[in-house]
Amino acid sequence: MPTDVQSVLQPDGKVKNGMLPDLTDDRLREMYRLMVLTRAFDDRGMNLQRQGRIGFYLPSRGEEALQVGCALALEPDDWSFPSYRMPGFALARGVDPAMMLNQIFGNAADTCRGRQMPVHYSFREQNFVSISSPIGTHIPQAVGAAMAMKYRGEKSVAITFMGDGGTSSDGFHVGLNFGAVYEAPVIFFCNNNQWAISVPFEKQTRAESVAIKAKAYGMPGVRVDGNDALAVYAAVKDAGSRARNGKGPTLIEALTFRMGPHSSSDDPSRYRPDEVVEQWQKKDPILRFREFLTGKNLWDEEFETECQEGSKALLYAAAKEAEKAGPPAVETMFEGVYREIPPELALQRDGLVGLAKSGQLTGKDEGYFPL
Amino acid sequence: MATSTILGAVNDALKTALAKDDRVVILGEDVGKTGGVFRATDGLQAEFSERRVFDTPLAEGGIIGTAIGMALYGLRPIPEIQFLDFIYPAFDQVVSEAAKFRYRSGGEYTCPMVIRAPCGGGIKGGHYHSQSSEAYFAHTPGLKIVMPTTPADTKGLLLSAIEDEDPVLFLEPKRIYHKKFKEEVPDGWYTVPLGKAAVRNEGTDVSVISWGAMVHVALEAAKKAREKDISVEVLDLRSISPLDVAAVLETVRNTGRVVIAYEAPRTGGFGAEIAAIIAERAIEVLEAPIARVAGFDTPFPYTLEHVYLPDAGRILNAIDHVVNF
Repeated sequence: MPTDVQSVLQPDGKVKNGMLPDLTDDRLREMYRLMVLTRAFDDRGMNLQRQGRIGFYLPSRGEEALQVGCALALEPDDWSFPSYRMPGFALARGVDPAMMLNQIFGNAADTCRGRQMPVHYSFREQNFVSISSPIGTHIPQAVGAAMAMKYRGEKSVAITFMGDGGTSSDGFHVGLNFGAVYEAPVIFFCNNNQWAISVPFEKQTRAESVAIKAKAYGMPGVRVDGNDALAVYAAVKDAGSRARNGKGPTLIEALTFRMGPHSSSDDPSRYRPDEVVEQWQKKDPILRFREFLTGKNLWDEEFETECQEGSKALLYAAAKEAEKAGPPAVETMFEGVYREIPPELALQRDGLVGLAKSGQLTGKDEGYFPL
Repeated sequence: MATSTILGAVNDALKTALAKDDRVVILGEDVGKTGGVFRATDGLQAEFSERRVFDTPLAEGGIIGTAIGMALYGLRPIPEIQFLDFIYPAFDQVVSEAAKFRYRSGGEYTCPMVIRAPCGGGIKGGHYHSQSSEAYFAHTPGLKIVMPTTPADTKGLLLSAIEDEDPVLFLEPKRIYHKKFKEEVPDGWYTVPLGKAAVRNEGTDVSVISWGAMVHVALEAAKKAREKDISVEVLDLRSISPLDVAAVLETVRNTGRVVIAYEAPRTGGFGAEIAAIIAERAIEVLEAPIARVAGFDTPFPYTLEHVYLPDAGRILNAIDHVVNF
């Protein structure tokens, strides 16, 4: 039954009998550290925006468990096609937070060379595919990458993420349909955080769940407690194992809640009641995982301080560095449109660089997303 | 060297690419067993297996979306859109995804793929099987657009497009798939560079700048003009993007008079860009205003197709106008 919600940790952090995935103590502590780092990263991002040092940020508070649990269940060669609310996934895949801050500042050291809004990361080394803003476009792309893996006889999988809003997109439909038809080794992961900016889940679909939609496409659909890192880990491991063994895609629906605003430009008090937020506050994924670790004697104050203060210090220093790096040079704007610059584009570049050098340009970097 | 039609040259190029490069896969609606509705992929699945040449579910956004994923992963997909008129559900994937990956990822992810689509009117296909929407795509940095007009060019440009490291929209003027002529097409791997126009008829009095099936109509008009002692140079752009601006300016400087002939709706068509470039950089050599002969600003009609499409008479009329200005 897709309406059954799989979980490992109870709300009090205790483990359901016999459900614990096979993870070492070190790995469990690492999960916790990454969740704390994710929250610290989001806090840093929002603060930088509020201080006017970056133009925009998009936080994932409340969704740390599903990001980290998911990432740790994958293999290094697996590819991911993330949605934009995934800082914890990037961190847990091994991306250096300093590189993420370079992207947020759009500086000269950014892998995207200052060409995208904050949080639209691209990290080739971690097979973390460049993010775009339109919803759902990356879902069939993940299927294509998975088809290519299968074509080459490899054992890797592709995973792609969408929010509950993303399940309404045409990319979701074609992605799931193509994925199932070709039995592609792909995992469709929905972080159902209940809100697509201001539109609640019940206005996205009349289906009883996201997971139930899998049946119509001809693949398994599972629901999992998205605030339970271990349950998410287990679900992604299972789906990965199916995909790696030629059994095709799985749709996972992780139930969670977007604790913060959609972005630094959003005010959720305009559309959702505080009581709902307070209810979810009690299900905080980090606190629950801390209870679990405490029960296993894997947590103490010293470890907490190490996680919290270590994260903060690291991010504070990295943000300072990223800010110092400065913007990319004007001529870089014209690079990489094509592998080789067409003659007409080279003329445009030369014209602009000439004007910039002679000091005739009057445009100013306002540095602010005006919403 | 065998003689071939444009359609035969498409098939020849695809076959040559499949044989040479294991990264090449062909996907689209009906491209497999039946070889495509125009038979462009005829026999390819039988020869190269369903693994290399396969049918897709009926969703253009899915075809281009999955092809993008394959390209990102290192394959060289050649998706077919059955008619260019059907590409719009995939517009987002083409213009905001395929065309942008290299740029937006700082070169970390690239999208080398060739989207083939039959384009243009002349087969009595009505509004949904006749459009020439190259201008929408020409407005897209990161995308290349090619439109061949001869069999040898078709093979050479298609193989160049498949070799290219950037996404290419390869528009095949279906009206001349079979008709007009056969010509010799080189065997084996044969390429014609992208971004280079070709002079199809040399002349001194007026330049007709054109692309796609309209090039053949322009040549017919040039022949009729010759009877009136007007010498017409016909320039075939071959690539819309990158555009061979040097060739455009050269023909204008040769003749001082310009007619731009294209079958898409006139307003905002790619002819407007050509006219603007000439006005910006060669206005001093112009002996007459630039004339455009194009489709009308109406949806593409069914019964009156032959009146909608520019014919040799309308091009000749424009030639007369600029010569007698």
